[in-house]
Amino acid sequence: MTHGRIFRNIRLGIKSLMLHKLRSFLTILGVVFGVGSVVSMLSVGEGASRDAISYIKRLGASTLVVESMKPEEEMNASSSANNRWHTAFGLRYEDEPRIARLPNVVRTVPAKILRNREARVGELATNVRIVGTTPDWFDLIRRPLLAGRVLSAKDMQEGDGVCVLSERAARALLPNGGVIGQNITIGSAYHFRVVGVIKADEGSAGGVQTPDQPFDMYIPLNVAWQRFHDTDRQKGTGSYSNELIQLHRIIVEVTDVDQVKPTAVAVRAMLQRFHSRLDYDIKIPLALIRQAQATQRVFSIVLASIASISLLVGGIGIMNIMLASVTERTREIGVRRAIGARRRQIIGQFLIEAVVLSFVGGVIGVAFGVFVPYGITAFTGMSSVVTAWSIGLSLSISLVVGVTFGLYPAQRAARVDPIIALRHE
Amino acid sequence: MIHPAAQADPGSSDTVIQFDDVFKIYQMGSNEVRALDGVSISFHRGEFWSIMGPSGSGKSTMLNLLGCLDRPTAGRCLIDQHDVAGLEDDQLSDIRLRRLGFVFQSFNLIPQLTVSENIEMPMSYLGIDADEAADRAAELADMVGLGDRLGHRPTELSGGQQQRVAVARALANDPSILLADEPTGNLDSSTGRQIMELMRELHEQGRTIVMVTHERHVADYSQKQLHMLDGRIGRIEEAGSS
Repeated sequence: MTHGRIFRNIRLGIKSLMLHKLRSFLTILGVVFGVGSVVSMLSVGEGASRDAISYIKRLGASTLVVESMKPEEEMNASSSANNRWHTAFGLRYEDEPRIARLPNVVRTVPAKILRNREARVGELATNVRIVGTTPDWFDLIRRPLLAGRVLSAKDMQEGDGVCVLSERAARALLPNGGVIGQNITIGSAYHFRVVGVIKADEGSAGGVQTPDQPFDMYIPLNVAWQRFHDTDRQKGTGSYSNELIQLHRIIVEVTDVDQVKPTAVAVRAMLQRFHSRLDYDIKIPLALIRQAQATQRVFSIVLASIASISLLVGGIGIMNIMLASVTERTREIGVRRAIGARRRQIIGQFLIEAVVLSFVGGVIGVAFGVFVPYGITAFTGMSSVVTAWSIGLSLSISLVVGVTFGLYPAQRAARVDPIIALRHE
Repeated sequence: MIHPAAQADPGSSDTVIQFDDVFKIYQMGSNEVRALDGVSISFHRGEFWSIMGPSGSGKSTMLNLLGCLDRPTAGRCLIDQHDVAGLEDDQLSDIRLRRLGFVFQSFNLIPQLTVSENIEMPMSYLGIDADEAADRAAELADMVGLGDRLGHRPTELSGGQQQRVAVARALANDPSILLADEPTGNLDSSTGRQIMELMRELHEQGRTIVMVTHERHVADYSQKQLHMLDGRIGRIEEAGSS
């Protein structure tokens, strides 16, 4: 068949389908939803995997994170009747140089984290997360510097009350610009001079969050200790407890990806010598992300498979309507056969109609499937990425559905006996 | 295209249809129905035949065999020198497409297609280029007096006009034989006369026409009348001889 004849046959097929506009439209809907959901589900899966990749790119694959963790016995104790509790646990300042001395460790970044502190400039206030850290933080978490400078070794030595703000915190506190040199007040007494603004963003992948967050305020670690000490008051249900934590987190960068696991083992072995309880946890972001990715992939496949069931249902709808059409048009088939159409040409005619139905459904479904992920992202915060291959795959599947479910009705049409068909009213 | 399975006509090359002792037998339960019971006849090029007879006389069966829609139970049916009995379904389709043109009682135009597309249909099955087919369709529509209705749907035409389109469609691939099954059956008498005038014109142009009818005044347009009775040939009348 030449191209011209294929197009002509498709045009004539569309004409036949347009005889029953509503019926054709309803038949198409099944495929529309099927293809739409396949594209959406694949885009959500793809989004999760992109998140993971961007996380790895941002932080580097060769890091591990040591975090303070409340030991289990303490958790149980604090839930007992005693409503004032003072617990000390977690990483200690001296753990950081110990880890830094381990082989293959390139850099260690300690972080003392104080959540939900009210920061104030004049009348404006916002809640920030205060991160007491060292200049190494900014080398490890590479974020664009928007104004001023990051923390320096000099800030550490002199114990200055300086801070670097994240972009959104800066905008909330000093919306009119002129951020550098301004004083930020924390609580009632402490002032910090802004020396720089950095872009900071939240990103998460597989339950692993990037170390920085949108409302961050970075100050020298020693200043954080001097001013805020180590006590953190935790509110419980009708009670509160004071937790004594020196360091919340130590991010460890090693020479390359292959050294991450051995170093984790070495860190654990070293910490066991100095900590009597298990009050720390070692996380390997890359491994967690890989695991999450694998889970996500299975999840995507399951979702896409469920979505494919609606495609199957759509296909059955097409088959149903094509069978009805063959019965209705028995006379037309008889006439065409009497005029000299071969069986194959009758099959071709009805197959084209079925494929037109499913393909048009596929195209509309792709339009839906490209649109829906925006909604998913807006409502759930899950990332979604519509890829060309998922569109191509869905369209191919819709073609296959058309051929598969159109073939039987078309064969039925071709088997019609022209003599009987011509008598058919 | 002459198929290898086709057999050469032993008789005159002028013979377009030759039936030799043709039987068509249907099994209805335990009864054997002889729709055709040993029919032998030949039609020649340029003749205009009508086949007459009461219902059940076998005239429809004759038409089905003439139209290559059916195969005989026994005997030989040569259509334009091809033995229908030995042909595959595709080859029968091919004979219908190239050598036969059908005109039906109820016109049988395809409703969703325009006049032009209906006339083009046999040509498209033959694989004729779309532009060429459209040109020829326009010519044929002109010939049957509907050159200005090419873009119309069948439902927008009168019965007589629809039947003219059907005639144009039957002629699309320039067939050797035009088969008509009660072509005036669904038309009023004056429209019917116009269609029969058209058939007469086509005959005068040298076309071979075989028409099934039960109406005397319609049969009168033909040259020769074949009267069927109980699956056999009753008598043959020639125009002017009766």
